[in-house]
Amino acid sequence: MIANTIFFWIFSLIAVISALFMITRKHPLSSALCLVITFIALSGLYGLLSAKLLFVIQILVYAGAIMSLIIFSIMLLNVKEENLPKEDNIKKRVIFSSLLLLPMFFIIYLSIELYETYYFQDISSDFGSIKSLGLFLFTKYTLPFEIVSILLLIALLGVVVLAKRKI
Amino acid sequence: MISTQDYLIVSAILFFIGVLGVLTRKNLFIIFMSIELMLNSVNLTFVTFSRFFEDLTGQAIVFLVIAVAAAEAAIGLSIVILIFKNKESLNIDDFNIMKG
Amino acid sequence: MIDSKFLLLIPLLPLIGSIISGLYSLLNSEKTNYKINENLVSFISCATPIISFLISLMFFLSLNNLEEKLITYNFYNWISSGYLNVDFELMLDPLSSMMTIVITFIGSLIHIYSISYMHNDRGFARYFSYLNLFTFSMLILVLAKNLPLMFLGWEGVGLCSYLLIGFWFQDKEKAIAGNKAFITNRIGDLGFLIGIFLIFWQIGTLDFIDINQKVSEMNLEIITLITLLLFVGAMGKSAQIPLHVWLPDAMAGPTPVSALIHAATMVTAGIYMIVRLNVLYSLSPFTLSIVASIGLFTAFFAATVAITQDDIKKVLAYSTVSQLGYMFLGVGIGAYTAGTFHLFTHAFFKALLFLGSGSVIHAMSNEQNIWKMGGLFSKMKITAITFCIGTLAISGIPPFAGFFSKDEILWKVFESGNILFYIIALFTSFLTAFYMSRLFFVVFFGNLRIKDENIISHIHESPIFMIIPLIILAVFSTIVGFLGIPHSSLFESWLSPIIVKQNEIQHYQNSMEIVLMFISVLIAILGISSAYYFYVVKNNIVENLYNNPKLKPIYKMSYNKWYFDEVYRDIIIKPLYFISNNILFVIDKYLIDGFVNGISKLYSAMSYAFRDIQSGIVRHYAYFMIFGMFIIFLISIF
Repeated sequence: MIANTIFFWIFSLIAVISALFMITRKHPLSSALCLVITFIALSGLYGLLSAKLLFVIQILVYAGAIMSLIIFSIMLLNVKEENLPKEDNIKKRVIFSSLLLLPMFFIIYLSIELYETYYFQDISSDFGSIKSLGLFLFTKYTLPFEIVSILLLIALLGVVVLAKRKI
Repeated sequence: MISTQDYLIVSAILFFIGVLGVLTRKNLFIIFMSIELMLNSVNLTFVTFSRFFEDLTGQAIVFLVIAVAAAEAAIGLSIVILIFKNKESLNIDDFNIMKG
Repeated sequence: MIDSKFLLLIPLLPLIGSIISGLYSLLNSEKTNYKINENLVSFISCATPIISFLISLMFFLSLNNLEEKLITYNFYNWISSGYLNVDFELMLDPLSSMMTIVITFIGSLIHIYSISYMHNDRGFARYFSYLNLFTFSMLILVLAKNLPLMFLGWEGVGLCSYLLIGFWFQDKEKAIAGNKAFITNRIGDLGFLIGIFLIFWQIGTLDFIDINQKVSEMNLEIITLITLLLFVGAMGKSAQIPLHVWLPDAMAGPTPVSALIHAATMVTAGIYMIVRLNVLYSLSPFTLSIVASIGLFTAFFAATVAITQDDIKKVLAYSTVSQLGYMFLGVGIGAYTAGTFHLFTHAFFKALLFLGSGSVIHAMSNEQNIWKMGGLFSKMKITAITFCIGTLAISGIPPFAGFFSKDEILWKVFESGNILFYIIALFTSFLTAFYMSRLFFVVFFGNLRIKDENIISHIHESPIFMIIPLIILAVFSTIVGFLGIPHSSLFESWLSPIIVKQNEIQHYQNSMEIVLMFISVLIAILGISSAYYFYVVKNNIVENLYNNPKLKPIYKMSYNKWYFDEVYRDIIIKPLYFISNNILFVIDKYLIDGFVNGISKLYSAMSYAFRDIQSGIVRHYAYFMIFGMFIIFLISIF
C-alpha cells in the first residue's frame, strides 16, 4: 500500500510538472517532448488504477504513435525560430486567464473534496486485463467499436485527401 | 493512503493546465497539444471512476476515446500543416477570417 | 394460406422497380449520352407488376377461403400525435382484392405494351419508372386501411399523372396539360382533405373499419357535409363535371399512359373511395342524389361532346368521362355493386380501346386525326378486330362485358323509380353506341384519306408486344361480363360483405327486366346502325351537318366541349389575373414586402451593433465559452 502512495506522488508530480513545462516552452518540439513525459506518467497512474490494457495502450498509442506523429510534423515543417509567433503580452494573458479559471477550479476542487472519501479495496487481478476488457468491448460495446473503426478509416482517407491537396 | 479524490484532483489540475495553454499560447502546435492534454486528463477521470465502481465501462470508453483521439490527431495535424503551408505562420491570431 | 405480411409486397414490388429504373434513368442525361439498355429496364419494370399480380391472385384465393373476408396487417405506426394515431396498415377485403387484381393485371399488360410503344424514346427508363410509381400509388390507394394512407396513394396518383401527362415536357402544350391535370386535381383534393379532417373531428378515427362502426355517432347534417366534400375529391380524380376538364387534355401523354389512367388507375379512385365509404354515403340521401345527378349529367354531356371530336384519343377520353358518369349514377342510386361492376368491366374494354388506338397511332406515325385515317381494316386486322370487340363491349351488345354492367345500372335506375333519369341514361347509351361506332367506322372503313406517301407506306400491323395485350384484353372484354349475370351474380355475392344492406323492394316483375334488356340492346344496335348509315353509306355527312345553318350551332357547341374551358377562362382565370395584377400586387409589393424587408433591415441594424464581438481570434471565443461555463456552474450550484 505504501508503495502505491509513493508511486502515485511520483507519477502525478512528474505529470503536472512536465505539463507545466509543456505550456511554457517556446519551441513546440520541446513542448512535445514534455508532453510525452506527461503521457508516460499518466500511463503509470493507469497502472496504479489496475487498468492494465489501458496502461499499455496509453504508452503505445499516445506516447508512441500520436506524439511521434506530432513530433514528425513539427520536424517536417522545419519550424525555425523566426517562424514562431511572438508571445507578447503573455503576462497579461496569463493573469486574465487565471482570474477567469481560478473560480472554476475552486468550484471543481470543492465538489471533489465534498465527495465521499474512498480508499481502494483489493480487486481481482482479472480487472482491466486484456481478456476482460476485450470481452467487454466485443459484447456490450460492439457497435461503438465498429463505428470507431469506420471513423478511423474515414480519418485515414481524409488525411490522404488533405495532404495531397495543392494550394 | 491514496483515495479517489487525489486522482480526481490530479486530473483537474492537468485539465486546467491544458485550458491555460489554450488560452495563453499563440503557437498552433502547443494549443493542439494542450487539447490532447485535456483529453488525457478526462481519460484519467474515467479510469478512476472505473476503478471506483469496479465497472469496465469507464475503461471501454477510454479505449474508444484514445481511438478517436488518434483520428483527431491525424486530421488536426494535416490541417495544421496545410495552414502553415498556406500562411507561412503558426500564429493562431493570424487566422481571423471569421472577423465580423 | 399466404402470410398476411406479404401484403406489403404487392405495392412494394412496383416501387422497387420504379426506384431501380428511376436511378438507372439518371445515367441518361443530356451530358452523358449514355445508351439505356432497354431490355434490362423493360424486364425489371414488367416483372414487378406481374409478380404483384401473381401475389394478388394468391391473396384473392386465400381470401376466398376465409370465413370473415378480411386480411389486415399493421406494418408500423406511421403518425402518432395526440389523439391522432395513424398506422401504416394494409387491408385486403373483397373490394380491394378485386381492385388490386384489376390494377396489376391491366397494369402489367400496359407495361408490356409500352415496351414496343416507347421503343427508342429518350426517356425510356424514366417512363417506366413513372409507370411503376403510378402502379405503386394506386395499389397503396386501394390497399390502405385508413384515410391518410389512402390520401398518400391519392396524392401519389395525382403526382404520377402530372409526370406522365407532361412526359414529353419539351412540348409546352403537353407540359401545360400536365399542369392542368395537377391543378384541377388539387381543387378536388382540397375537398377530400377537409372531408378527412371533418371525419376525424367528429369521430376521432380515420380507420375504415372504425368509421363504419362509429358512423352512427354523427348527425345527418355533418354526414352530408362530409360526403359532399369527399365527393368533390372524387369529382376531381374521376373527372366529373365541373372538374372534368383535365381528363381530355390528359391525352397529351403517351397513349399507354392514357390507357393506364383511364382504365386501371386514377379515374377509378373516386368510385373506389365512394364504394369504400358506402356506409357513410348510404346515410345521406341528399349526397347520393347529388352524386347521381352529376354522374348522369356528366355521362350525357361527355357523350354529346364525343360525337363531334376528331382526335381519336379525345373521343375515347370523353367516352371515359361518360362511362365514369354511368358509374357515379349507379353509385348515386345506391347500386354500389352495379357501379363497381361497371368499373371492373370498363377497365378491360377501355384499356383495350386505348391500346388499340395506340396501335393505330403507332401505325399512322403519330397522326391522331381520324379524318386522315380510314380503311385500316385490311392493313391491321388484329387491331381492327380487337377494337371492334371493345366498341361492341362499350356499346352494350351482348355477350360482351359492357352489356351486363351497363344494363345492370340501367335496370337499377329504372328500379329506383326515376323514369327521367332512366330515359336520359338510355339516350346516353344510344349516343355511346353511336360515337364509338362512328370512331370505328371512320378509322377502319372507307378510304385512306391521308395523302403523305411516307406515312402510307409505313402503315403496318403493330409488333408482337403490342398485339398480345390487345388479344388478352379482347378475350377478357368478352368474358368478364358473365361474372355479373343478373340474379346469379358471382360479382355481387363476392362484394356483398362490404356493401351496406339495403331494403329490397321489388317494384317490378322479372319480365320487366328482360323487356328493358331488349330495349337497351335495341338502342345500342340502333346507335351502331345509324353510325353505319351516316359514316359509311353517306360518308359526306359531316360537311352537310356543318353547312346546315340550323345544326351548325349545336355542332359547334359539341365540338367546343360546351365551351367549358372558355367559361372557366372568362369566369375564373381572367378575374383572378385581374385581381392579382391590380389589387393584390400593390398589397404584396408595398405592405407584405415592406414588412418582410423591414424585419430584415431591423436585424441587420441590430447585428451591426454586435459585430465587433466576432473578433475572429480563437482565444476570445474560448474566453466567452469559459465564462458561459462558469455561469452554468453557478446556476447548477445555487
